[in-house]
Amino acid sequence: MRHTLSETFTGLRRNLSMTIAVIVTMWVSLSLFGVGVMAAQQVDLIKGRWYDRIELTVFLCTSASQGPNCDAGQDATQAQKDAIRQALESNPEVQTVYYQSKDQVFEEFKEVYKDSSILSAMSPKDMQDLYRIKLKDPQEYQGVRAAVEGMPGVQAVQDLRQYLEPLFGWLNLAQGLAVGASALLLLAAALQIINTIRMAAYSRRRELGIMRLVGAGNWYITAPFVLESLIAALIGAALACGTLAALEQFVIIDNAKVSIQTVHWVEWQHASVAMAGVVLVAIVLSTVPALIATRRYLKV
Amino acid sequence: MITFDAVSKTYHGQTHAALTDVSVDVAKGEFVFLVGASGSGKSTFLRLILREYRPTSGHVYVAGDDVGRLPSWRVPGLRRKVGVVFQDFRLLPGKTVYQNVAFALQVIGKPSSVIKKTVPETLELVGLAGLGDRMPDELAGGEQQRVALARAFVNRPPMLLADEPTGNLDPATSVGIMKLLDRINRTGTTVIMATHDATVVDQMRRRVIELVDGVVVRDQSKGVYGS
Repeated sequence: MRHTLSETFTGLRRNLSMTIAVIVTMWVSLSLFGVGVMAAQQVDLIKGRWYDRIELTVFLCTSASQGPNCDAGQDATQAQKDAIRQALESNPEVQTVYYQSKDQVFEEFKEVYKDSSILSAMSPKDMQDLYRIKLKDPQEYQGVRAAVEGMPGVQAVQDLRQYLEPLFGWLNLAQGLAVGASALLLLAAALQIINTIRMAAYSRRRELGIMRLVGAGNWYITAPFVLESLIAALIGAALACGTLAALEQFVIIDNAKVSIQTVHWVEWQHASVAMAGVVLVAIVLSTVPALIATRRYLKV
Repeated sequence: MITFDAVSKTYHGQTHAALTDVSVDVAKGEFVFLVGASGSGKSTFLRLILREYRPTSGHVYVAGDDVGRLPSWRVPGLRRKVGVVFQDFRLLPGKTVYQNVAFALQVIGKPSSVIKKTVPETLELVGLAGLGDRMPDELAGGEQQRVALARAFVNRPPMLLADEPTGNLDPATSVGIMKLLDRINRTGTTVIMATHDATVVDQMRRRVIELVDGVVVRDQSKGVYGS
């Protein structure tokens, strides 16, 4: 064990320039990878529970709401609600109708804004009863919209997708670029590791030859090389985690959260998920190429 | 101790066989000369024992194990039982004599107390007492080969292979190395020495196995180089 560790550190020093190259490549690529993971989580947070399941939301009148179909100062009546449900369910374009009362809506609201100061100012009274609608073909929302828009008790019909789709387009593009760039860089890092081991194995071929000849164990011979790559990758991963932590603290918490409060931003828990992913990827992408290289260049 | 059972070996990408249908038995404690011209298959014979290669057909048994079928994790164990020296010594130039010999024990995980005791003993056995601090390039060829022998024997393997160990040495120095090999053999170690040095073979009068183009043409006890 002591031999393995001392050989590992000797190796790291001997190949210092290659080690630094691996660390820097790992750092940048893993940071991009982490950003990609956080961006994906951000998209999910904005989408919330309903986005992927529904296309239209029909808001019903409340005593506080105003709209051409609302009786001033009154909630939509049960008869109106039933009529609207009837109209929705009989529409051939509608696949599913979900009803949510004010209390149910508030429960969801609380969940989404649990860390936000908005919550304390709100109660179920501020919510609206609503129908969430899943369409058979998301493109065909106009007909359904027209059918219920004018009905008594309907305050408004909102097409969530219409507002959020362009935003998600950009977010997905950014995420794709980050993950794509990180995949290329991680490939480069893996190849660097293989090259480093090949060069190290070549420069120590006499010694390795003797080790094999006198019966040194396979793991005894290869462990320093594998550990060397693993340590370089973990240093890169630590730097990448630091980068992600800085992003969370200085960009999200200190800035984005302050200026745009209505959006539920990624939290430390999401950043931790990204960091765990970063460490995992670093471990896999250093040990696997190292094992491949040792198999190939350090054959017994 | 070592058995070749109808062993043939053709190297990858070659049509001509390096060894053809070789069947040989070497008993424990024997001293065997493997003679023949360059390219006759002597080195291949030794390398098959060490599992540097596997036979194309047939079986090589070393201490009861079918070497060609040994899983790779057991190969180091095999090599600990077989010491090897070469014509070109293969010492590590950056290490002292002592360190070169100690290295063989370190890399198989021997505790340093054992190393401190065994290495000086072995250096004395090969006649290098007091030269432990020298670097290999400060030594004469015969002395370097003694270091290599010390390294091969320091773990007290039951078998020792020598591939042309006197090939780079003058006749007088060769005699010294042969005496040392004889001494190691007398400790009960099986020795197989590949050589085309007729003088040493004729002097020693031990078992001689002669290879011509990969075929055993002679297996004679107390033999000489030429038949």
